Amino acid sequence: MATPRSKPLDLDALLDDAATRIVICCGSGGVGKTTTAAALGLRAAERGRKVCVLTIDPARRLAQSLDLTALDNTPRQVPGIGTDGGALFAMMLDMKRTFDEIVEQHAEPGRAQAILENPFYQSLSSSFAGTQEYMAMEKLGQLRSELAADGAAQPWDLIVVDTPPSRSALDFLDAPKRLGSFLDGRFIKILLAPAKVGGRAYVKVFSAGLGAVTGVLSKVMGAQVLTDLQHFVTALDTTFGGFRERADETYALLQAPGTAFLVVAAPEPDALREATYFVERLAQDGMPLAGLVLNRAHSSSAADLSADRSLGAAKQLTESGTYGLTARLLRVHAERMQQVARERHLVRGFTSAFPGVAMAVAEAQASDVHDLDGLRAVGASLAGTVR
Amino acid sequence: MPPVPGPPEVDWDVVRLHVVTGKGGTGKTTVAGALALALAAGGHRVLVLEVEGRQGLAQLFDTPPLPYEERRVAVVPDGGEVFALAVDAEEALLEYLDLFYHLGRAGRVLKKIGAVDFATTVAPGLRDVLLTGKAYEAVGKRKAGRRTYDSVVLDAPPTGRITRFLNVNTEVAGLARVGPIRNQADSIMSLLGSPRTAVHLVTLLEEMPTQETADAVAELTEAKLSIGAVVVNMVRRPQLRPAELVAAGKGKLDRGDVAAGLEAAGLPADERTVASLLAEAAHLAERVALEKRERRRLVELDRPTCELPWLSGGMDAGGLHELAGELRRFMGHPDAITRTGTP
Repeated sequence: MATPRSKPLDLDALLDDAATRIVICCGSGGVGKTTTAAALGLRAAERGRKVCVLTIDPARRLAQSLDLTALDNTPRQVPGIGTDGGALFAMMLDMKRTFDEIVEQHAEPGRAQAILENPFYQSLSSSFAGTQEYMAMEKLGQLRSELAADGAAQPWDLIVVDTPPSRSALDFLDAPKRLGSFLDGRFIKILLAPAKVGGRAYVKVFSAGLGAVTGVLSKVMGAQVLTDLQHFVTALDTTFGGFRERADETYALLQAPGTAFLVVAAPEPDALREATYFVERLAQDGMPLAGLVLNRAHSSSAADLSADRSLGAAKQLTESGTYGLTARLLRVHAERMQQVARERHLVRGFTSAFPGVAMAVAEAQASDVHDLDGLRAVGASLAGTVR
Repeated sequence: MPPVPGPPEVDWDVVRLHVVTGKGGTGKTTVAGALALALAAGGHRVLVLEVEGRQGLAQLFDTPPLPYEERRVAVVPDGGEVFALAVDAEEALLEYLDLFYHLGRAGRVLKKIGAVDFATTVAPGLRDVLLTGKAYEAVGKRKAGRRTYDSVVLDAPPTGRITRFLNVNTEVAGLARVGPIRNQADSIMSLLGSPRTAVHLVTLLEEMPTQETADAVAELTEAKLSIGAVVVNMVRRPQLRPAELVAAGKGKLDRGDVAAGLEAAGLPADERTVASLLAEAAHLAERVALEKRERRRLVELDRPTCELPWLSGGMDAGGLHELAGELRRFMGHPDAITRTGTP
C-alpha cells in the first residue's frame, strides 16, 4: 500500500546495527505484535544477529513453529536457524512463574513458601491488572543482564520483545510504577504500622480513620483476611526492599541507548487511534521510537482499475448475461480497492498527525502465520524487499 | 435409534442476564450493544453494563462518556429503551460499604489512603464480586412492583478471563469463608449458575478467536455455567462461486475467458490486469478455505450459532441496528441460522 507522506522505516538497518540491543513491539491487542516480534527476530537471526525473542501469548501453531512447546519460562534455541553466526532463541512469558522466581530469589526458603501460599500473593501474581506488564519488563531486565558484551560468548546480543495486549496504551508504561507505588503505598504502610519502629506516627495521623478501616475490613472480610493481609505485606516488605526502586530501574532500561520502540498497528480505526496514543506517550516519556509497523495492509497490483469502474463493468457484464466469471472477479477486485481506499484514508490521518514517524508496511496474509516460512514472508514484507 | 439432536437451543424467554464475551478485537462490545437493541424491540427496557472502564458503550452509541449512573442511550421504534452503565469497582465498593455499614466519612478515608484501590485490585475475587454484583442487582431491581429492566446485557471481560470472572464463588473462597462478601457471592452465583443467565461467545472465523472460543466453552461447561449462543462476527460473503474458488486456489481459472470478459466490458485486458485479478481471487480462495476450517471447528462446539455480516460501510448507528435485526431474527427462529458465509 502506498503510504502518503510517510518516511519508509528501514528495519534491516535497525536490526543490523550492533548498537541496537532491545526492540520493543507495542500496540493494542489483535494487531499482530507477536507475529511482528517473531518475524523480526527470525530476520535478524538470519542476518547474523544472536537474537532472543520474548513473546507473551502466541497462537498455538506460531508457538510450535518456534519450538515453544516447553513452558519453562527460559529461552530455548530454535534449531536450524541462523547464518553467519546468527542464532534464534525464543521464550514465552509465564507471568506467575516469573513473579514466583523473584520471591524465591529474594526470600529465604521458609518465608518464600509463606508468601507463595498467601491468598493475596496468589491474587496479585495471577490477576493484578498490571502484573503481566510488570513481569514482562522484569523478564526483559533479566534477559538483558545476559546480553552479550562485545566479543563475549554470551548467548544473545539482541532482544526482541512482544508486549502484553494492554487494555490501554498507558498500562504498559505505567504498570511497573503502579505496582511499585501500590506495594509501597500508604495503606500498606498503615497495615505494617504495628510492626515498624516509625509506625506510631502513622497510627497517630490516621488514628481517626484507622479504627474504622480495620473494623470495616474485619467485618466485611473476616478477621482471618486481615491476618493474611498483614502477613503478606510484612513478608513482601522485608524481602523486596522497595518495589519502586525496581520499577524505576526497569523504566530507565526502556530509555537507555540501544532500545528501540516499534509501535505496531493495523489499518483499522481503533488500532490506529491506540497507535496515536502510544506515539504521543513514548515522546512524552522520552522513549526512543523507531517507527510504526503497519500490519495487514492491503494493496492491489491493478490499482489503476478503480472500484467504481470495476463495479460498473461487472454490472454491465451481468446484465448482458455474459462472462459471469469476469464479472465476479471484478467484484472481488472492487471490494479490495474499497478496502485499500479505507486503509489509505486512515493511514493518511495518522501520517498527517505524525509526519516524522517512519513506517514499515506488511502486506495482509490470506491465512494466519504459523510457520517459519510465513514469518520470513512477513519479515521480508516489512523490510520492503518484496512487492 | 433416536434422531440425532441438533445443538441445544437458548430459551430466550427465560434468560434475564446475557453475558457477552469474546477475544479482544472480535467486536464483543458491538455485539453486546446490538443484542441490547434486539432485546429492547417489542417495548422492553434493557440495561447494558460495561465493566472494563473503556467507555466502549459511549463510543458505540455515540454519547458522551458514561458516568457511574444509568443513562438512556437508545430507543427503538416501538417504544423499547436501552440504558447503559459503566461500572466502576471502586465506586461499587464504596456504595456497598455505605449501604451496609453507613460509612460516611470513613469511606472517604478508606479511599484516600488507598485501601479501596488495594481492596479492589488485590483482594482475591473482590473486584469481580463487585462487578458481577451490579449485574445481579440490575436483574433484581424493581420499582412500583414492576421489574426495572426486562433484560440485562453484560459486556464482560474477554474469553481468556470469563470463567474466572463469573465463577465468583470459587474466586472468593480464599478471601471470605463467612460474612457479607461470602453471602453476596452466593446470591450472585445463584443467578449466574442458573438458566436465567446465558454466556454468549463472540468470535471471528480466524484461528485464535475460534481456539479461544473452544477453550472458553470447555471451561464454562466445567464450571457449570450456561452457555448461550456462539456469535460469529464480521462474516463476509465471497463474491465467487464454490467451484470458482477451488479453481482460483489451484491457479486454474480460465485466463483467456477473463481477458475476453474484460475486453467485452471495455476494460484493459492486458496480461498484468488479468494476473492481478487472478491473484486476488487466489487470495480470497485461501481466506475462504481458512474460514471453512474455522467454521467446522465452531460447528463441533454444538452450540446455536449466529453469523453477523461484515459491514462494508464501517460501524455506525445504522450498522448497529442492522446487526440487532440479524440477532432478533436469530432469537425468533433459532433453527434458521443465518450462515452468510456458506455458499
